[in-house]
Amino acid sequence: MAKQTIELRVNGDRYEVAVDPWRTLAEVLREELRLTGTKIGCNQGDCGACTVLLDGRSVSSCLTLAVEAHQREITTIEGLAPSPDHLHPLQQAFVQHGAVQCGFCTPGMILAAKHLLENNPQPTEQEIRRGLGGNLCRCTGYNKIVEAVQAAAQELAAGKEG
Amino acid sequence: MAMPHFTVHQPKTLEQALDLLSRHRSGVKLLAGGTDLLMKMRQAGLKAEHLVSLNRVEGLRTISYRDEDGLVIGGAARLADVGRHPGVAQHYPALAHACSVMATPQIRNMGTVAGNLVNAAPSADTAAPLLAYGASLVAVERGGRRQIKLQDFFRGPGLSVLEPLEIVEAIRVPAPPARCGSAYERLSARSQVDIAAVGVAGLLNLDLEGRVLRCRLALGAVAPTPVRCLEAEQMLEGQAPDEALLMRAGASCVRSCQPIDDVRASAAFRRAMVQVLAQRVLKRCLALAQGGAS
Repeated sequence: MAKQTIELRVNGDRYEVAVDPWRTLAEVLREELRLTGTKIGCNQGDCGACTVLLDGRSVSSCLTLAVEAHQREITTIEGLAPSPDHLHPLQQAFVQHGAVQCGFCTPGMILAAKHLLENNPQPTEQEIRRGLGGNLCRCTGYNKIVEAVQAAAQELAAGKEG
Repeated sequence: MAMPHFTVHQPKTLEQALDLLSRHRSGVKLLAGGTDLLMKMRQAGLKAEHLVSLNRVEGLRTISYRDEDGLVIGGAARLADVGRHPGVAQHYPALAHACSVMATPQIRNMGTVAGNLVNAAPSADTAAPLLAYGASLVAVERGGRRQIKLQDFFRGPGLSVLEPLEIVEAIRVPAPPARCGSAYERLSARSQVDIAAVGVAGLLNLDLEGRVLRCRLALGAVAPTPVRCLEAEQMLEGQAPDEALLMRAGASCVRSCQPIDDVRASAAFRRAMVQVLAQRVLKRCLALAQGGAS
């Protein structure tokens, strides 16, 4: 069972990596590419900490084999900020609304929120809660996360950032 | 538990996938969404030396609806894509609802309808709606293809009549007739995210006089397989569907289930909820069937 050489397109960068076919995308992102913003929590697709965007859709990278992501577009939390000095509106809103406490769920939460807002730019509070239903947070009680997503939705709708 | 080691094959055509299946016979599994398979391999000791991925097979993700042909869901079509397909939303509201509320957004973006059926969990959310709509699976193997009615498909928890060397190419669902209403209701302890503790799907088709021409009721998570409620269906067919009859028919669904006590709910709670959900579903079906042609 030889390693397979694959091309991962992460945040606009291309990486050629030789991976064991049974390795998950979460493991390869963290251990081979050293993109440790993607977290591994439950490692069984329940907690959402490993959420990344694959071809624009939120997926659990702990249940995605790295070889299956060959030549597909991956966005991780490291790829969201437009520059080192500027945060993405979702990141900014999370900071401003105190939606980050321990921070472990935050990367997955923000990517799940990004997927939600791309499909539903003006969600109701209930739609936000359902859209983040695949992401667990044990610190905030969720209210501040919901407020942050509402604020980011308004910010994005105001056209300041795409 | 660590992931066992395996080789992944990524065929581009169904023929290549079928060849790979028969070449590796014993130690091979099909991979689509992976949300069930990889969990079983990592946590439940399921072993396979070869995985044949269906995710690069051309055309297998297609979803199409035409009035003449009904709905065709490709074997690798994602739950989320099925749930928001305009033809599904318009003509198959029970299926659209199941595909949009089950599991989590991430799992719905990964998991497939075919995988939901083939894994044959008694609680599979797409099974009850697809039973109500009279769906069939198109299974291919190297020798040819056959159509399997969904109502003949399940054999027990995790068991179906699909042969090891067969691949589900598509799920076919007949177009619903005029004056037809359908609905799906589910209950679980933790909103949508948890596996359903009870699921009820229904379909009512009225004739020109407003009598019930055809009724289909199906239950999930309350028997070893998803089941139809033949008694309730027969009570309604040919009758004028007044509220009292809908209530009696909904109550009779309890006799079609054989629930167990488990971590998600007690058998007694499941029985009580089958009645409540079946009555709700029937009322909703009737309102939709009386409301218009679609």
